[in-house]
Amino acid sequence: MTKGEPAPRRSGATRAGRSGGTPPEPEYVQLLTPSGERVNHPEYSVDFTAEELRGLYRDLVTVRKLDTEATALQRQGELGIWASLLGQEAAQVGAGRAMRTQDMAFPTYREHGVLYTRGIDPIMPLSLFRGVDQGGWDPVANKFNLYTIVIGAQTLHATGYAMGVAKDGKVGTDDGEAVIAFFGDGATSQGDVNEAFIWSSVFHAPIVFFCQNNQYAISEPLERQTRIPIYQRAAGFGFPGVRVDGNDVLAVYAVTRAALDNARLGQGPTLIEAYTYRMGAHTTSDDPTRYRVSSEVEAWQAKDPIARLKALLVKEKAAGEDFFKQVDEDARIEAVSLRERVLSMPDPDHSQIFDHVYAEGSPLVDAERKQFEAYMASFEGGH
Amino acid sequence: MATETLTIGKALNTGLRRAMERDDKVILMGEDIGKLGGVFRITDGLQKDFGEERVIDTPLAEAGIVGTAIGLALRGYRPVCEIQFDGFVYPAYDQIVCQVAKFRYRSRGNVTLPMVIRIPFGGGIGAVEHHSESPEAYFAHTAGLKVVSCSSPEDAHFMIQQAIASDDPVIFFEPKRRYWEKGPVDTSLGLDAAAPLHSSRVVRPGTDATIVAYGPMVKTSLDAATAAAEDGRSLEVIDLRSLSPLDMGPVYDSVRRTGRLVVVHEAPGNIGLGAEISARVTEECFYSLEAPVLRVTGYNTPYPASRLEEEYLPDLDRVLDAVDRSFGW
Repeated sequence: MTKGEPAPRRSGATRAGRSGGTPPEPEYVQLLTPSGERVNHPEYSVDFTAEELRGLYRDLVTVRKLDTEATALQRQGELGIWASLLGQEAAQVGAGRAMRTQDMAFPTYREHGVLYTRGIDPIMPLSLFRGVDQGGWDPVANKFNLYTIVIGAQTLHATGYAMGVAKDGKVGTDDGEAVIAFFGDGATSQGDVNEAFIWSSVFHAPIVFFCQNNQYAISEPLERQTRIPIYQRAAGFGFPGVRVDGNDVLAVYAVTRAALDNARLGQGPTLIEAYTYRMGAHTTSDDPTRYRVSSEVEAWQAKDPIARLKALLVKEKAAGEDFFKQVDEDARIEAVSLRERVLSMPDPDHSQIFDHVYAEGSPLVDAERKQFEAYMASFEGGH
Repeated sequence: MATETLTIGKALNTGLRRAMERDDKVILMGEDIGKLGGVFRITDGLQKDFGEERVIDTPLAEAGIVGTAIGLALRGYRPVCEIQFDGFVYPAYDQIVCQVAKFRYRSRGNVTLPMVIRIPFGGGIGAVEHHSESPEAYFAHTAGLKVVSCSSPEDAHFMIQQAIASDDPVIFFEPKRRYWEKGPVDTSLGLDAAAPLHSSRVVRPGTDATIVAYGPMVKTSLDAATAAAEDGRSLEVIDLRSLSPLDMGPVYDSVRRTGRLVVVHEAPGNIGLGAEISARVTEECFYSLEAPVLRVTGYNTPYPASRLEEEYLPDLDRVLDAVDRSFGW
């Protein structure tokens, strides 16, 4: 799959979904049905070796396991909050694996799966959700921006970064750089996201807008954000949009890889709408039973991204029971390790309040730090 | 020596030019700043000389200007954004306060955002609404931002270069009604010859009372001091220059000598810069004060229709009235 030719330009490429179930499927690019059947697509055909399929399966299982562990850590009071990606593993693993080493990602606060596939230590965002720091990593060195909580704000940062990539002359060749901005269906209503579409279009920036349409913005359903399919909005901004089955890791990979390669070759932006479903709550503070019915959740359960890839692997005899057991066991070990590292995470030193406010310092912050230290010292021995 | 007489507007232009010559990562972004040279012509000729890649006419969306500038800064550029008028900065407020100001802190020092956001501010030009505002306190209140304002051609020329050279994000307030004021600037001097960016400065020494002002109100205060001298009162005028962080040392020194302080700004007084300065002077100079710190400011109303702005804006007479009240305490 890694040596696939960049796909040709297209506009709103779609095909009929193959799976049954209610409500009717929207038109989207699909390469693997919920029952594990491989289907061909005229524009997005990628050959995956058995090893590559097994690798994607391992990613999906591991990412879900780590996510489940983080939810458990929150329930036990070890994280302040957790934004689970349950159900969106294929969208994130497919997009993350489609990126090349030199590509840069701008995540929301839910892209734990993208982060994992970029080879970044999954512990990195947990300090944020534990309240130990506010991210704290180097976005440029990791090629993965800080999690952004303000909805849609990162799409403008991604666009500016992509404009910088073009200014640096890093587009137009196979080894050019591309940028990918993640956001959700709710974010498409934000002014920042629409401005990012305009900017990237008029400046022809090497960027892919990757919208995970998980059907809900906390409690508000998609129809409160849009009257047309999200991917169709791209046409109004002057670049192609494509909808992909977000629970099909193969299709997400193929579509994202093609869009990123188009960007790096200097062909401008693409909007990808990964049509998926948030199986869990918006965050651990949310109660989805107040706004959606269980039959809807069950219908999506039948389109599970992991089950369909497992069915394919079994059908093609690309993996056996030993492999699946081993993947589960490895994921379990990784989750245990994550748990242990979260539990041993030290609380930050008080003085960190005053660190890194300014690059060149500030007499006001310095004075307050001194006052604070003197105040804290006044308790020593006394309390 | 190559001292020239420049307007504040032209001095900003020469300062921007120097910064662009010094560092090819410096890029300008804003509405109408290219061929037109900006509605106040501050970027006049720069696109012609540095090209469209470095002087970028942007779409008309302020959040987009600031948000994409953040991305360019992450990529290693030093963007200088022009917000066309003070009242148009609010669509970018989220990007400035949530993103620009906090990026370094959230990244635990891993990110440096060397960006400048230029904002022509204040009234006195007979404009329609949203073109005469003084929003500096919103930004001075926000940790992570540095905020400055120039009041003379010399400061305009050097402070804009210093702001661009700074590794911290700087909100740069330009006194739009003073753009056409002239003064000497030695453009042959380098930045090391200039006063530090975040320093306040005595611009007229005096002995009887202290006036603190910044931006467009420095000239008003100097005029008031000239008038007061005719009545035998010696006013010391301090130009704050930096609104965040404040450089209070020269203010304390002055108040300890004069015992009286009047703070002047166009922005409404309620919860404004004057309140902060008053609080700090009260803490540091309590036993030197002969009278409470007084403020002369815009009123706590929306900025009025332009035919009322002469009454709304602090002027020489209102400054002298406050000085009289201080002496009458």
